[in-house]
Amino acid sequence: MDMQSHAGVDLDLLEDVLAQYQGQRGALIPILQKAQDVYGYLPPQVLQRIARSTGVAVSKVYGVATFYAQFYLQKRGRHILKLCDGTACHVKGTPVLATALEDHFGVQPGQTTEDGALTVEVVYCLGSCALAPVAVLDGQVMGRMRQEMLVRTVQKQVGAAGGEEV
Amino acid sequence: MELTAIARLAAARTQARQRYSQTQAADLFITIGMGTCGAAAGAAESLEAIERELAKRRLAATIKQVGCVGMCSFEPMIEIQAAGRPRVNYGAVTSRNVAEVFGHYFDGGKLRRAVVVGEAIPTITTAHEHELHSLSFVAPETQERIPFQAKQLRVVLSNCGLIDPESIEEYLAVDGYAALERVLTTMTPEQVIAEMKESGLRGRGGGGFLTGLKWELARKTQHWPKYVICNADEGDPGAFMDRSVLEGDPHSVIEGMIIAAYAIGAEYGYIYCRAEYPLAIRHLHMALAQARALGLLGQNILGTDFSFDLVVKEGAGAFVCGEETALMASIQGERGQPWPRPPYPAVAGVWGQPSNVNNVKSYAYTPRILRLGAAWFRGLGTLGSPGTAVFALTGQVQNTGLIEVPMGVTLREIIYDVGGGIPFGKQFKAVQTGGPLGGCLPAAYLDTPVDFDSLRAAGAVMGSGGMIVADQDTCMVEFAKYFMQFVVDESCGKCPPCRIGSLRMLEVLERITAGEGTLEDLDELNRLAGGMEAGSLCGLGQLAPSPVRSVLRHFQEEFRTHILDRACPARKCKALISFVVIPELCTGCMVCARNCASNAITGEKLQVHHIDPDLCERCGLCAEVCKFNAIEIVSPR
Repeated sequence: MDMQSHAGVDLDLLEDVLAQYQGQRGALIPILQKAQDVYGYLPPQVLQRIARSTGVAVSKVYGVATFYAQFYLQKRGRHILKLCDGTACHVKGTPVLATALEDHFGVQPGQTTEDGALTVEVVYCLGSCALAPVAVLDGQVMGRMRQEMLVRTVQKQVGAAGGEEV
Repeated sequence: MELTAIARLAAARTQARQRYSQTQAADLFITIGMGTCGAAAGAAESLEAIERELAKRRLAATIKQVGCVGMCSFEPMIEIQAAGRPRVNYGAVTSRNVAEVFGHYFDGGKLRRAVVVGEAIPTITTAHEHELHSLSFVAPETQERIPFQAKQLRVVLSNCGLIDPESIEEYLAVDGYAALERVLTTMTPEQVIAEMKESGLRGRGGGGFLTGLKWELARKTQHWPKYVICNADEGDPGAFMDRSVLEGDPHSVIEGMIIAAYAIGAEYGYIYCRAEYPLAIRHLHMALAQARALGLLGQNILGTDFSFDLVVKEGAGAFVCGEETALMASIQGERGQPWPRPPYPAVAGVWGQPSNVNNVKSYAYTPRILRLGAAWFRGLGTLGSPGTAVFALTGQVQNTGLIEVPMGVTLREIIYDVGGGIPFGKQFKAVQTGGPLGGCLPAAYLDTPVDFDSLRAAGAVMGSGGMIVADQDTCMVEFAKYFMQFVVDESCGKCPPCRIGSLRMLEVLERITAGEGTLEDLDELNRLAGGMEAGSLCGLGQLAPSPVRSVLRHFQEEFRTHILDRACPARKCKALISFVVIPELCTGCMVCARNCASNAITGEKLQVHHIDPDLCERCGLCAEVCKFNAIEIVSPR
C-alpha cells in the first residue's frame, strides 16, 4: 500500500469507534462504516489498525473494504455528485446527464476533477424513482433533473465553495 | 400494585386511541408526507412555509408527519381538514404553493400550480370484528374513488400515509401489536404456523415460497439459537416498496418479525437494510426503542416466557446481498458472497444456525393476517396467489408511485387505469418487472393477470415489486444491455459462470448497439445465457440472463434492425444516430451553438445552423434547448 499519499492520518480518531465494537462478532462492516465517517475514506493505516484491533487479517479487511461499493480507498472530491442510474432514471435520461457532465466538467462517473473539487459517481437506485432522473449533490436530493439544470446547479455549488470551474 | 405487561399495553392502546381521534377531530388538522419522495420534492421547505402561513393567518393547527401515500408524482402532498369540513388532499404543494393552497381551502381561491388530489376519507375494513384502517381518496364532485385508487386495495400499505411512523402510539391506535397480543396469549407456535400456511401467503421477495412452510421448516430444526432475519436490502433498480413500508410503517415489520420468532422459536433477529435508505434506518431504530420501552421486545415479552430482540444491520452497497446466503455472510461481517444451498437457511443460516429469512412485506403482512384471519386473506387475490401485490410503478407512465392491487389484476389495468397510461401521447412499448433478474413484456401481453404463476408463464416474474413502463422511445437492446451492465457491476465474482458469462454477454450487446453485431451474436447470447442459468451458484447469476432472454423473445425484430440496418428504431444508441438541423424550422437563434460543449454547431445569427457529426458527442443538449424543435435525431446515421 502506498502510504505517501495518505500521510497525516490521525489514528487516535479511530479509538472511540474501535472501543464501541470491542469484542462484538461480525462488527467489521459497521467499524469500516464509522471509520469512513471519520476520515471520509479508508486510508491503508486505518485498515491496518482495524485489523490489529479486531483480530481479522489485513487481507480480509481489505477484501471486505474492496467488495462493497460504499467504501472508498482513495480521497474523494470536495463535492460529491451522485447520479442515479436505476432503471427508472435510466429510462428517463441519466445517460444524457452523464454525457453533459463529462462535456462540462471533464469527469466520467467514478472520477474526480483534477483540482479535487468534484467527484461524480453513478449509483443504482436511490428509491425515488417517481422523481426520475434523480441526482444527489452533497446530500441534497434533486428530482426530475434536466441536463441544463444539472450543469448549472453543479457549476454554482462547486464554484461557490472555491472550486475553479468554467 | 404493578400492572401486568398485557394491562400496560391495553392502557397504552386506550390512551393512543383517544389521542388519535382527538388529533383527527382537531379544529385544524394538517398532514404532510415526509417520506424520501416527499423530502426529495421539497416537503421540508413546504412544512416551514405551512408554519409561516399558519402564523400569518393566526391559526393553530395539529400537524402530523406521515409516510408516503404512494402518489409520488404529486409530491409534496399535504392534507387539510378544518372542523366540520372535508379532509382535502393537495398535490404539488411546494413551499411557494402553500399560500395558494390555504387560499383555496379557506377562501375559495384559485389553484394555479398546486392541485386537488381528492378528499381523503379514513376507511375501515372489518373482518372477524377486527379492523384495518386505511385512507381512501375520492373526487370532490362525484365522491367516487379517484382513478389512481379505484382498483387499488391497500393491505400492507394501509398505514403508509395514515399514521405518524415515528410514533408507536399511532400504530397502537390502529390496532398495532394486537396480533402479537393475540398470538402470545392465545396461540401455540404450531397454531401460528398453521394459520400462516392456511392464508397461502407467498414470499414477497419474489421467490413466492409459502411463508408458513418456511417457518415450519425452521421450527422443526432442533438446534438453538435460531435467528429471524428481515431482508430489507431492496437493491433492484426501480423498486422502492420496502423503503416505503419501512419509512411509513416500521412497527408492522417489527411486529411480524416478533411473531415469526415466536413461531420458529428464535431469540435473536436482524433487519438487514441497505444503507441507501437513511430515513428507513432512522425510523427502524426509533421503532425498536419504542417497542422495547413498552415490553414488546426483550426479555419475557408481554409477561410470557418468550424473549426476543433484534438489531438493524446496515448494508454497504452490494446488490448480491439481497440473496439470502450473501446477506447472512454480510451480517457476519464478511464479503457478501453466496454459499451453496442446501443446507438451506432453515437448517444452517447465519452463524451456522437455523435462520428464517423473509422480505419486508412478508413480515408486514403477518400481523394483518393474524388479526383479520387467514380466511380473509385467502379471500383476496387469486387461488394460487392470495392477497395483494405491491408495485413501485415507474418509468414512462402518467401516475408514478407505489400501488397495491389484488393479485389477478391485469397489467393493462395497472398501467392504464391506475397508472393513467403513457404520457405525452406516446405509445406503450414494454413493461418490465423483476428488475435485473426479471423480464419485460410487450403490448400483446398487457392482459396477463398479475400473479406469481401467470407472470412467470409469460416470461416475466413477480419479482420483489419493481414495475417499469417503457414507451416507444426506449431502445430494448439498450435496455437489455443496461441490465447486463448492472449484473457485471454487481456480480460478486465468486463463480465463473456469472462473473465471466455476464461480461461476455455485455460485450456482445455492446457490439450490437455499436452497429457491429452479426446475426450469429443472437445465438451466442442464448448460448451464454444457458451457461449462466445452468452453472451459476446463486439466483443472481441464474436469473441475470432473463432480461436479455425476454427481449430476444419479444423484441427480436429490434435486435435484427440494429444488426442488419445499423439502425436504432428508438434513436437511442449513440453509434447509430446523428443529430441534424431541420433547415425549415431553424431560426438561427444560436442557443444550441452556445450550449454545445463540443463546439460541434456552427452558424451565423439568423442563419440555419449546422451540426458537425464528427465533433458531435450526441449528448442531446442541443435538441433539449431548441425552442423550435429544429433538431431531429436520425438513424441510421
